Amino acid sequence: MSAPRVFAQRLPRLRLALDSRQTSGSSLAQYARPRCSGQLTANTPRLAVSAHRSFGLAAQTNNSARWQSLQTSQQPRPFSTSSAMSHGHVDPPKPGEELYVTFITKEGDEHKISVSKGDNLLDIAQAHDLDMEGACGGSCACSTCHVIVTEQDYYDKMPEPDDDENDMLDLAFGLTETSRLGCQVHMTPELNGLKVKLPSMTRNLQSSDFN
Amino acid sequence: MASIAAQAKPSRGVCLLCKATTTRIFSRIRTRGTTRANFSSAAPTAAAAATSQNERSFRVAVIGSGPAGFYTTYRVMSKLQNARVDMYEALPVPFGLVRFGVAPDHPEVKNCQEKFNEVAASPNFTFIGNVSVGDLPGHPDASTVPLTSILRHYHAVVFAYGSSKDKTLGIPGESTLKGIYSAREFVGWYNGLPEHADLNPDLTQGDEAVIIGQGNVALDVARMLLEDVDVLRKSDITEHALEALSKSKIKRVHVVGRRGPMQAAFTIKEVRELMRLPDVSFHPTDQSLIPSDLKQLPRAPRRLMEIISRESSSSCSSPNPTPASKSWSLDFLLTPQTFLPSPSNPTQLASTVFQHTTLSPSPFDPNAYALPTTSVTTIPSSAAFRSIGYKSAALREFTDVGIPFDERRGVISNDGQGRVWREQRTADGTMAYGHFPGLYCAGWVKRGPTGVIASTMADAFATGDAIVGDWVQEDGGRFLNKSSGGKGREVEVEVDGWEGVRRDAGVDKARVVGWADWQRIDGAERERGGGWVKRGRSLRVRGRCWLFLDEERLHVLYIDVIL
Ligand SMILES: Cc1cc2nc3c(=O)[nH]c(=O)nc-3n(C[C@H](O)[C@H](O)[C@H](O)COP(=O)(O)OP(=O)(O)OC[C@H]3O[C@@H](n4cnc5c(N)ncnc54)[C@H](O)[C@@H]3O)c2cc1C
Ligand SMILES: NC(=O)c1ccc[n+]([C@@H]2O[C@H](COP(=O)([O-])OP(=O)(O)OC[C@H]3O[C@@H](n4cnc5c(N)ncnc54)[C@H](OP(=O)(O)O)[C@@H]3O)[C@@H](O)[C@H]2O)c1
Ligand code: FES
Repeated sequence: MSAPRVFAQRLPRLRLALDSRQTSGSSLAQYARPRCSGQLTANTPRLAVSAHRSFGLAAQTNNSARWQSLQTSQQPRPFSTSSAMSHGHVDPPKPGEELYVTFITKEGDEHKISVSKGDNLLDIAQAHDLDMEGACGGSCACSTCHVIVTEQDYYDKMPEPDDDENDMLDLAFGLTETSRLGCQVHMTPELNGLKVKLPSMTRNLQSSDFN
Repeated sequence: MASIAAQAKPSRGVCLLCKATTTRIFSRIRTRGTTRANFSSAAPTAAAAATSQNERSFRVAVIGSGPAGFYTTYRVMSKLQNARVDMYEALPVPFGLVRFGVAPDHPEVKNCQEKFNEVAASPNFTFIGNVSVGDLPGHPDASTVPLTSILRHYHAVVFAYGSSKDKTLGIPGESTLKGIYSAREFVGWYNGLPEHADLNPDLTQGDEAVIIGQGNVALDVARMLLEDVDVLRKSDITEHALEALSKSKIKRVHVVGRRGPMQAAFTIKEVRELMRLPDVSFHPTDQSLIPSDLKQLPRAPRRLMEIISRESSSSCSSPNPTPASKSWSLDFLLTPQTFLPSPSNPTQLASTVFQHTTLSPSPFDPNAYALPTTSVTTIPSSAAFRSIGYKSAALREFTDVGIPFDERRGVISNDGQGRVWREQRTADGTMAYGHFPGLYCAGWVKRGPTGVIASTMADAFATGDAIVGDWVQEDGGRFLNKSSGGKGREVEVEVDGWEGVRRDAGVDKARVVGWADWQRIDGAERERGGGWVKRGRSLRVRGRCWLFLDEERLHVLYIDVIL
């Protein structure tokens, strides 16, 4: 074997070569945690939830079967370990304790869902394959889980958004007076019957936008 | 056109690019507005139509593995069952600025990688890492494949290669004095981008630094300079950056903009974060630049003005009994004029001269522009960071292939939906814009170097919808290597994607980083981090875990750091 050529120039002291194509890597499941998780808590109070969240490749309802078949395909899925996991962030409500929330998709379809107290709207939407991105995994750092509460009364019943949520809302497309971040809204008995609209995530830019 | 045919002649002798007359292409674009609008609000229809163009694979090359590349891929693959996407990435590792731009103390922002991992798990997706398209790669062990070869082996190509350069000021001293850094390079350096691993910024020459520009990148740089190194130690910042930052003497940071607070590019979350840093104080801002009646303002600027105004007055009114050890300010209405050397060391930056500006038509107009005045101010600065924006560049073969690049805006010319546009002579001899069949763009190279991941995602989805919309139109003329002979007369050239490209370009397989290789790198980084955490040290391995090649194998390498 000739001398190895190294990618990064001028490396500090080298220690050991670990892995190669020929050796099968050890289980990747043990790495299924975001780097730094839990360590930056002072700065990132909302970091907790992301590790096993499904990011909803099955977001298009009609396509979910196909994606599920993809998910069980030969290739390893490094982060979401099972379909139970990927849909596992909300537990079905106990009989008699159901709360209801209705999502109105951008196509205008209504999805009324029974949920448990404490579930947040991002987890609920993703568990039901509704088209809500949640790019930052519910950490209040992306605004892609923007929802619009359709009735002012319900909006008023929610605890006020804190500064961090408002800061992210300031960046949301199509912000309204009753906009919230889905990942920050937790279901409570007072919110039973809540209806929220999912805004369109695409902005059709015109070439004139660029001039 | 002649040059395109010559350059891009496919190996099987069918011309790739000259397929439809300009008039036809253009009229399609005209009518597309309605078709697409209908389409994008009816995803299921598109999905149902997904395989109707033909049962064969729809072969797509995506160039760049940042958010734009991944979100476009996601959109196309989730709507077209027969789409097969090959993603080319010049670096050995994926995710673009999510890995090499986003600040290490913002790990939550990087959670979007989990979505990208899911996309990559599809059997219809192939990651081709360490292979640059067209351009020379940033490090010597990568391979390059010509764009013309890509054009021969796919139906569609998506340019999502971001912005690999940055803007310059063009003022005296900028390129000659030591101590002046591009924010892009500095960010690359602390994030472990191999190209800038050797930047070695000297933060020990004095205690004042200026950052020129007031975007969020400027605030990221400010935070790195001001934040407690022990907090950064817990992030995945590189070891060399920690070392340099722990030796830094910088105590006072000026974030300097040529306009006022009402025009500033930064956003409130990033300002608040700096305001909240422990042991770091904020110097008051000139209140005359803040409108007196904030209630009249729209929500986002109102909230931003409120926080700047509040922090300015609190920093004036309550002199802290224990003064903070570091401080920062937002210095408005200053445009840089010259960098000045130190009298004792003529090659070292010592101060920066700024011209004062006034705002026209009014300081409160969000679109006001800055007019320089004759008065100047000099800010001592042992280090200066130029943070005035990134810049995309054309790939080297664009001119030959006839892909128009708008140098002024630094974007590939496109119709706003992501279809690459070029000017062509129509049948009646006039010039008109038309879609360059099969070519699309997304992200910063489409829109310019601004926007957070959420906006890049929205923009990539729009491009994805355009691709899917074109594909379901059942008209091969919109794509590469498909004829536009009309329905029933489709002539298709067999395309074989990466296999064909690799064969043409003679790429050494051992140099290619596939997804499984990347997972090994990632796993090793995480494992190493985990090991360190257990021993009471923290996770800071990025840029310390790299690859090397011997004759036939790719290895993951741990690089030991002398602590
Ligand atoms: C310093 C910094 C910090 C940021 N922080 C945040 C943040 O906290 N939150 C947020 O929401 N947004 C943040 N952003 C914005 C966000 O990173 C961008 O919106 C987004 O990354 C743009 O995506 P892109 O895919 O267009 O480009 P990129 O992310 O740059 O991806 C382009 C990819 O293409 C590859 N490439 C380039 N040339 C070639 C070639 N010839 N062949 C093959 N591959 C090639 C590059 O290596 C790169 O991987 C930040 C940006 C910067 C610069
Ligand atoms: N945490 C985050 O969410 C985060 C972090 C980093 C980056 N990002 C995003 O990434 C994108 C890029 O950020 P960016 O900071 O590079 O760009 P930016 O937001 O466009 O800011 C560029 C800054 O440079 C100034 N500038 C430009 N040319 C200048 C010149 N010739 N002389 C003096 N000043 C000049 C601009 O001032 P004028 O306005 O006067 O032109 C502006 O203040 C942004 O959309 C940003 O929000 C987000
Ligand atoms: S998921 Fe990112 S802000 Fe809610």
